[in-house]
Amino acid sequence: MDLAVALRGLDVRARPPRLEGGDVFYALHDTPVGTLVLAATRQGTLVACSYDAEEVVTARLAARLSPRVLREPQRLDEARRQVDAYVGGRRRSFDVPTSAVLATAFAQRVLGALSRVPYGSTTTYQAIARAIGAPRAARAVGHALGSNPLCIVLPCHRVLRSDGSLGGYAGGLAVKRRLLDLEGGPDPGARAATVRA
Amino acid sequence: MFVGLPPFQQLVDAHWRDVARLAAAMAGPRDGDDVAQEAWARALRAYPSLTHAGNLRSWLLTITAHTARDAQRARTRRDRGAARPPEPAADLAPLPDERLWAGVRALPVRQRQAVVLHYVGGLAHGEVARALDTTPAASRRLVSDALAALRVALGDSEEG
Repeated sequence: MDLAVALRGLDVRARPPRLEGGDVFYALHDTPVGTLVLAATRQGTLVACSYDAEEVVTARLAARLSPRVLREPQRLDEARRQVDAYVGGRRRSFDVPTSAVLATAFAQRVLGALSRVPYGSTTTYQAIARAIGAPRAARAVGHALGSNPLCIVLPCHRVLRSDGSLGGYAGGLAVKRRLLDLEGGPDPGARAATVRA
Repeated sequence: MFVGLPPFQQLVDAHWRDVARLAAAMAGPRDGDDVAQEAWARALRAYPSLTHAGNLRSWLLTITAHTARDAQRARTRRDRGAARPPEPAADLAPLPDERLWAGVRALPVRQRQAVVLHYVGGLAHGEVARALDTTPAASRRLVSDALAALRVALGDSEEG
């Protein structure tokens, strides 16, 4: 018998470990608008709802919050239900604790302005820039919204260009269009709401 | 200090099968499952305090080998009082080639750690040496002593 070969060839029936003691938990969630990565802290605060790939989002979580990142979908059950209800047209706002901790300080100011853009209305990058006291930063506002860590939940899809065109969206323009249609607004450009500072 | 540790789930997904193999080789199919669980729990606890992200697989296998050693010590202490049925338990698949793996489990603990880390875990002698806090030359000796003991135990006179 070749011992080395026999030792190397060990194959066992095993199962993945059941782990306790993570700091950040995530789920991959398939929806009609794409696969989302949702993540929450141990306290249940939602910190991510992202169209980005699993490895991208989890690397971000590891770098910014804690490397003890575990895939535990059941921790995200409530957030997943609410996302499903929103995408299914049965819910207009979200009722889970959230934190934009993955966003930069500037992006957090930008995302904060979204709370004044209600369901079914839209605004513009320029209006948001004015609202946060940075009227010449419309482009930076666009970048900040493009890196929204809490897509859908913080409704960056309601922000359009001043000429009424869609601008950009992390989930793709077709999804942006779909979410705006879902919310039932008419032609998005025609009804751009004004966000006051 | 920021050392760029990957998300722990990535380690689990990439290495849980290797940890399970190593634990089973060290401790047998029944205790191996507990050893693997405990090794993962230890790794998760220690993970944020790692000072570098180099060779995490070797780090995990080292923890597994030490966890198996500790479990065996604890069991030896327990068994001084009570008898315990022999491996393997009926509800778990026996390891293939049970004579070989029984022989591995009968090795002195450092020989067993060395031979299992080297062959089952695929660690180079330098990594085995780091895991066992010794030199690569000593690792080679432990492995060759282990192979010699296994050949005797298996009644195998051929060179492997």
